[in-house]
Amino acid sequence: MSVAPFPTTRRSVVLALASADAAERTRAFETLVACYWKPLYKYARVGFRRTREDAEDLTQSFFTRAFEKESLATYDHAKASFRTFLRTLFDRFAANEWKAGQRLKRGGGEVQLDFEAAEAEIGRESSVESPEEYFQREWVRSVFALAVQRLKERTDREEKRVQFAIFEAYDLDDDRGVSYRELATRFDLPETQVTNHLAAMRRRFREIVLEALREVTASEAEFRAEAKALLGAKP
Amino acid sequence: MNWLSDDAVARLRDIAEQPQLTGTRYELLRELGRGGMGVVYECHDRELERSVAMKVLDVAEARDEWRAEAKTLARLEHPGIVPIHDAGLLPDGRFYYTMKLVRGQRLDELRSLTRAETLRLFVRICEPVAFAHANGVVHRDLKPQNVMVGEFGAVLVMDWGVEHIAGTPGFMPPEKERSERSDVFALGATLKAMLHRDAIPRPLQAVLARAMHDEPSQRYASARELGEDVQRFLDGLPVTAYRENVFELAGRFLARNRALVAVIAAYLLMRVIVFFWMRL
Repeated sequence: MSVAPFPTTRRSVVLALASADAAERTRAFETLVACYWKPLYKYARVGFRRTREDAEDLTQSFFTRAFEKESLATYDHAKASFRTFLRTLFDRFAANEWKAGQRLKRGGGEVQLDFEAAEAEIGRESSVESPEEYFQREWVRSVFALAVQRLKERTDREEKRVQFAIFEAYDLDDDRGVSYRELATRFDLPETQVTNHLAAMRRRFREIVLEALREVTASEAEFRAEAKALLGAKP
Repeated sequence: MNWLSDDAVARLRDIAEQPQLTGTRYELLRELGRGGMGVVYECHDRELERSVAMKVLDVAEARDEWRAEAKTLARLEHPGIVPIHDAGLLPDGRFYYTMKLVRGQRLDELRSLTRAETLRLFVRICEPVAFAHANGVVHRDLKPQNVMVGEFGAVLVMDWGVEHIAGTPGFMPPEKERSERSDVFALGATLKAMLHRDAIPRPLQAVLARAMHDEPSQRYASARELGEDVQRFLDGLPVTAYRENVFELAGRFLARNRALVAVIAAYLLMRVIVFFWMRL
């Protein structure tokens, strides 16, 4: 099973975990893995100082077991956010594994996760708060990264690569020295066109973030609370 | 683009949060402040060529509740309530409303007021709150940060509440149900915060205790009653919240009628002098 990007539906994939349709359940599961595997891996690795091998085994086994036992479908949105539910389930899984004192064996049907990339990211991140705050921070990063990925895929399909490249250069690159004029020269466009493209990309980015958030939440109340956690509170 | 730096995440958060004003008559100038429900920006209204304050609600906030609230507030026309100019949905789907841009100082930023000035200011805060109550509107989040004192002395109560505002710790009454009497509690807490540096006289302590009573039925029934009691104190009259003893009564009488007492004392002194003069 490989991890797919977010599907283009606006339906809650959390609710789809309990679907009668097996294919829909699998798609929903893959979407949630795409959003959450890195925050959980980093949570184990950095928040709880697990070795790389331990954290890899734990994350891989957690998702494999969750898929086999359909444990994510037991989520009750009246009790907590899906994000909190998943972290609590992960904590419990890690504690049980620790008690058993044995390394989890990877079985068939495991999800393919790019731990190399996650390790490289850890090396570039700033200092760590409490494990729970760190998990939240990485969740925000993960949702934004997936939204950027989806924006890129859509603009590729629509052959609007220049628009995305302007957004990437102006808003994503850490080299913040670039001006509208330089971008106009680089892409051979009038400066007004650069600002128009940038505004359009920002608008679409925002739409995609909210769309993604709708997918990984199960109710209107949860969507509101998670939107506040994602956008409302300034770091 | 796989990994986003902390700076990039912060920028994207700002981008996702900033209101989209394309195609509207407004141009974003700067952020003025943020609260639990949204962010207030200073905007330029191109149509009328003036600056306005625009409150943009968080994406998480339900539009219908706010739309109803904006309608209610638009009907509250009082010099102490910030008037709403316009309300609607931004192209990004968020609800907004624009208000008069009030220039001045927040009540919690005001310094060096005498006690009398503080009390006079407080009475003026009670007036728009009483007016709103008479029109069936409860503020729900009264506190010094939500009162502006304008450049020319205008007192304006801002940030009128919506159904799901709980209030601010320290200004919030113990009961869950919000009513006029919960606003009375918050007004009491506001007055207490305004007087925090002063030694508070007993009648005013009683006013505060009554306004901030744990049991709503034991509080002032309205903001008007509270304002009137504070005005009585300012005028040297007895307050309804406090039963004074004979010495306090005499002291207050003396303080209030200094000139009259001085004239009577001078007259009596003169009579005594004349009496003894005649006996010599």
